[in-house]
Amino acid sequence: MSESILDLFKYSFFTNSLLAALLASITCGIAGTYIVARRMVFISGGITHASFGGIGIAWFLGLNPVAGAAVFSILSAIGIEFVASRSNIREDSAIGILWSLGMALGIIFIFLTPGYAPNLMSYLFGSILTVGPADLWLMAALALFLMLFFTGFYHLIIFIAFDEEYARVHKAPVQLFKYLLISLVALTIVLNIRVVGIILVISFLTIPQSTANLFTNNFRSIILLSILIGIVGSVSGLMISYYWNIPSGATIIFAFVLIFGIAKTVQSLIIRSDIRRQLGR
Amino acid sequence: MAEILELQDVCAGYDGEMVLKDVSFAISELDFIGVIGPNGGGKTTLVRLILGLVKPMQGSIVFHNPGERNLIGYLPQVSQTDKKFPITVIEVVLSGLMSVKQGFRAYHRSDRVRAVEILELMGIGHLQKKSIGDLSGGQMQRVYLGRAIIANPKLLILDEPNTFVDNKFEHDLYELLGELNKTMAILMVSHDVGTITSYVKTIACVNRNLHYHRSNIITQSQLAAYNCPIQLITHGEVPHTVLGEHIHIHTHE
Repeated sequence: MSESILDLFKYSFFTNSLLAALLASITCGIAGTYIVARRMVFISGGITHASFGGIGIAWFLGLNPVAGAAVFSILSAIGIEFVASRSNIREDSAIGILWSLGMALGIIFIFLTPGYAPNLMSYLFGSILTVGPADLWLMAALALFLMLFFTGFYHLIIFIAFDEEYARVHKAPVQLFKYLLISLVALTIVLNIRVVGIILVISFLTIPQSTANLFTNNFRSIILLSILIGIVGSVSGLMISYYWNIPSGATIIFAFVLIFGIAKTVQSLIIRSDIRRQLGR
Repeated sequence: MAEILELQDVCAGYDGEMVLKDVSFAISELDFIGVIGPNGGGKTTLVRLILGLVKPMQGSIVFHNPGERNLIGYLPQVSQTDKKFPITVIEVVLSGLMSVKQGFRAYHRSDRVRAVEILELMGIGHLQKKSIGDLSGGQMQRVYLGRAIIANPKLLILDEPNTFVDNKFEHDLYELLGELNKTMAILMVSHDVGTITSYVKTIACVNRNLHYHRSNIITQSQLAAYNCPIQLITHGEVPHTVLGEHIHIHTHE
């Protein structure tokens, strides 16, 4: 390695990627905890892949792909939440349809777009090194909003997520919160596609949370711990990908899984020593 | 006593199938009503109507003080909630305040103090920081009862509170309900008819229709007259069917 870590900050692209990793950790830490707590991982996967249709159509029409993805994913998120509240439609089948429909639309429209073919790979697998100031501002705004919303309405959010029927008995704004939160999840997914890509973004929303969940069962602690794990995993993944010259999105996810594996081992060691202590050995 | 709410000729059901027909029935302050009836007879539908979770197909439900927000506390049937959900015991109890606390940063230290008091009343103050999934069935019922009463409701609704509960807690539960009944009306659904009759004041027999029995003593022949086919079994040394010994004068509509 010819240059030190500090030298890397000479490059604005590197500072930008670090900021992106930090903001991704915050937004995914918050939204992902909600997803994992409400067991919405599959729904989130559907929203993620449906957004690809928005990217394709926006590209075809000459619009901003991120805006296209945002519109598409929020609409599909609201659609899935709507289907989920009508019990006579099988929710997981609906998600499966939307999932593949989004991908199909994306591929067709990108194929139909004349001239320059965009780099599909960067949407599928992310390209954190090309994140620009505009992306960062959007991510920062989302992070700020999520932090404000989740601190201000923390109790209402978890109470509705925990026991929706009880919340309805108490005239809590159940529908408003569900649609608002699923839209925030959709926005989080779209803005983080730049960082880790469509295929990998779901792991940014679930692996840090599952790791945190090994050690705490408190919603707030899971958020904070998964933000921390997100930062450690994404920054170390970024470094490794830079020095070894391998794709950053995949490396970040690999770092997450590694952290999860270590944490799981540590946790089972703790449990084993607890049992041994209780047995008096 | 003043009426809290009244059902007027209510019909209700799901997907076009009628479960309850022409139910007229009022709940007054400090009532203690046991709701009995066969499975599928509409007990839970009655509860869900009062809670506003099912809308009447016909008729109406009148709340006599509609502006009041802390009207109803509710203990659901052994819970459908996700036991792995990351929520602590004290937070579950706090969620009983949801009807009055929907604003930005609405919960304060004083609410937590109140929640701890409630948990101590239930004898599980030491579990406040545990997550809900770490509790036993009986402990969980205590937490949900705490959630139901933290807001001092006018009416407490319990749907089969004694399912999956240890004998010790069952006894404590009825003692506690007697205490709570001094300040709030209680409507309790139960399959355990023999036990509830010694605690409730009146009985509602629900089997598609509702027959209101203004006494806590009921005989097999009265049940037959109410079209309410359930066995009365008391918990003596040998289970036996209760018959006769009916001294109260009752009316039923």
